[in-house]
Amino acid sequence: MFPKGTKRKFSDSREEPVAGGEDVNQSSLAAVRMLSSYSLQRQSLLDMSLIKLQLCHMLVEPNLCRSVLIANTVRQIQEEMTQDGTWQIMTQALSAANAAAQCSADRLVATEVLCRQTEAAQGEQVPKPFPVVGSEGCPAEEVLEEEEEAAAAEVGMTMSTVSPQAPTSYLPGTFGMDPCWEEEETGEDDDDDDEEEEEDSEECGSGSEGEERERDSLVEDTRTAEQVFGTFEIKNPAPSPDPALEELFSDVDASYYDLDTVLTGMQSVPKMGPYDLLESLSSHGPSPLSSSTSCRSDLNELDHIMEIIVGS
Amino acid sequence: MCKADIISTVEFNYSGELLATGDKGGRVVIFQREQESKNRPHSRGEYNVYSTFQSHEPEFDYLKSLEIEEKINKIRWLPQQNAAHSLLSTNDKTIKLWKISQRDKRAEGYNLKDEDGRLRDPFRITSLRVPVLLPMDRMVEASPRRIFANAHTYHINSISVNSDHETYLSADDLRVNLWHLEITDRSFNIVDIKPANMEELTEVITAAECHPHQCNVFVYSSSKGTIRLCDMRAAALCDRQSKFFEEPEDPSSRSFFSEIISSISDVKFSHSGRYMMTRDYLSVKVWDLNMENRPVETYQVHEYLRSKLCSLYENDCIFDKFECCWNGADSAIMTGSYNNFFRMFDRNTRRDVTLEASRENSKPRAILKARKVSTGGKRKKDEISVDSLDFNKKILHTAWHPKENVIAVAATNNLYIFQDKIN
Repeated sequence: MFPKGTKRKFSDSREEPVAGGEDVNQSSLAAVRMLSSYSLQRQSLLDMSLIKLQLCHMLVEPNLCRSVLIANTVRQIQEEMTQDGTWQIMTQALSAANAAAQCSADRLVATEVLCRQTEAAQGEQVPKPFPVVGSEGCPAEEVLEEEEEAAAAEVGMTMSTVSPQAPTSYLPGTFGMDPCWEEEETGEDDDDDDEEEEEDSEECGSGSEGEERERDSLVEDTRTAEQVFGTFEIKNPAPSPDPALEELFSDVDASYYDLDTVLTGMQSVPKMGPYDLLESLSSHGPSPLSSSTSCRSDLNELDHIMEIIVGS
Repeated sequence: MCKADIISTVEFNYSGELLATGDKGGRVVIFQREQESKNRPHSRGEYNVYSTFQSHEPEFDYLKSLEIEEKINKIRWLPQQNAAHSLLSTNDKTIKLWKISQRDKRAEGYNLKDEDGRLRDPFRITSLRVPVLLPMDRMVEASPRRIFANAHTYHINSISVNSDHETYLSADDLRVNLWHLEITDRSFNIVDIKPANMEELTEVITAAECHPHQCNVFVYSSSKGTIRLCDMRAAALCDRQSKFFEEPEDPSSRSFFSEIISSISDVKFSHSGRYMMTRDYLSVKVWDLNMENRPVETYQVHEYLRSKLCSLYENDCIFDKFECCWNGADSAIMTGSYNNFFRMFDRNTRRDVTLEASRENSKPRAILKARKVSTGGKRKKDEISVDSLDFNKKILHTAWHPKENVIAVAATNNLYIFQDKIN
């Protein structure tokens, strides 16, 4: 009855016994509900991991061990999702939306999430079950932690509570606002969540300088994600390096700068993908969509399709 | 609280007379144990500050546009060869050999120069005298004798002095280098796990240590929970291990966090050289060097955190690197936890205790009270529930005196020194 993969535990609280002797319909419904809850938690974990790999705002080289462990976790989730077939659906939907929005189709889902993350970075912090970590890392790392907390707060609450509670808000839901550099969209937010509305208005008031900085850091993210997750591409091979850049660094010992390319973005290809796509794919609730881009109507359909696939 | 004061490493020297600490601000503070005096027989030698110096300064890598932190990652003492003491201290990129010497006498009555150092006019010298040594206020000087730089692309996580007292190894995330203490302009790369394509990187080196007696043997641990023992006599590049230690995974407890919590944060040989101990996120394992397929002993440090792994992943606590240490007799082991708790395990009696390093909860010279974290539903009096643990108060660094039951525990920016109860 339970498909493979359900043995893997997120937290002990996730396990929910299905009483024997129930109506067959009820038990199968509960099973499916549990499975979709697992999928959602897995998706949340994936998003959280991708956020953690974001390397902007770093003054000091990030901890390679930590990055490798997080990347391995993402790879693990991706493998499982590939087996489930969820990954294909997501990448197909993403590339379709990408094509519709006239973006390069060989960018990863990861990239989209990373692009959007800087928005949540400036959002206000949400109270967490565990206190703020004052780690031994550099101040920049703490800033990053704060960002992650803001974005991942919802997930934290979901994960550490008992699972019967229906997941009301997920990590992607935090991205319910539109990024600031789409200038036609200001603080408007269709999301129901008050917190997210506050975050949105805060961010959009950051001004042009802030946008510039964000754009640069996002640029770094895309390159970073590409380097770290080159192996995650399913449909398309990793893009070839920029020939101009190659020429510039041709007489430099490549081995020394391998880490350099991983950690600091050097190419600039701004990403302007459909930011709500990932959210709509993974959330149950209505996704906040505005009508300013042409791919929104496609997303509506995709959203509907995903609801059917994941929710039923 | 000043961030620069956070202690990042603690280490006793070979005799236990000196205790060195390094902090995030790049400073080294050395404590010396006072000689037991007949006047105060009940206060066994206390540790007082002996020397403080700035070991490393922050640097800026212009090529990568990144800062290099001055935080001292590790300190390792060299065996004492003369009146001076020497230690190695390292940050992410550079290792320095410091000589700490003290002067408590000075010579007076020189023939060729005055008391204030000025040269005397040779014509004025009419007689010869022998200078005498007079006591002076003790002055401790630390001077950098060697600087071992530019050998590590990645962050140095370990240094270890070899038993030959001539060489030492340094390990970063992907490579292990062997140095001669006298030679600073070159080192030998003995382990290199960097893949040709960095995108294929899935495993890093987390710690390395030289064998305490066999100068050709060393071990290094990985982020996948494995330990490799290498013999430098076998090949110049020790990429192929002589022994490979890994415990098979328990399939029933597999989760997305399994790999992260299996990552080894510290590896330490026993003083005897027969065993080694590894610390992963939730446990400490003792391995017999002759048995590779599983540890001989496993001690749970804070198993109650297993159900909280997702939250700990979220707030990054799951990446905390706890150290562990043996006592001098190899009969007990110690490691830190959260909420300023640290744990000690007796290998013979299998008893364990949780203690707290905190000023509020223990008076000086009072016996430490054992602590308990309540795991089940009902919380007994004096127990602390898992949810009220403070994850900011982590004890990552502890050290045990090589001969006596004296321990040093670093709790963020405070150093606690505990001694056995005097009967």
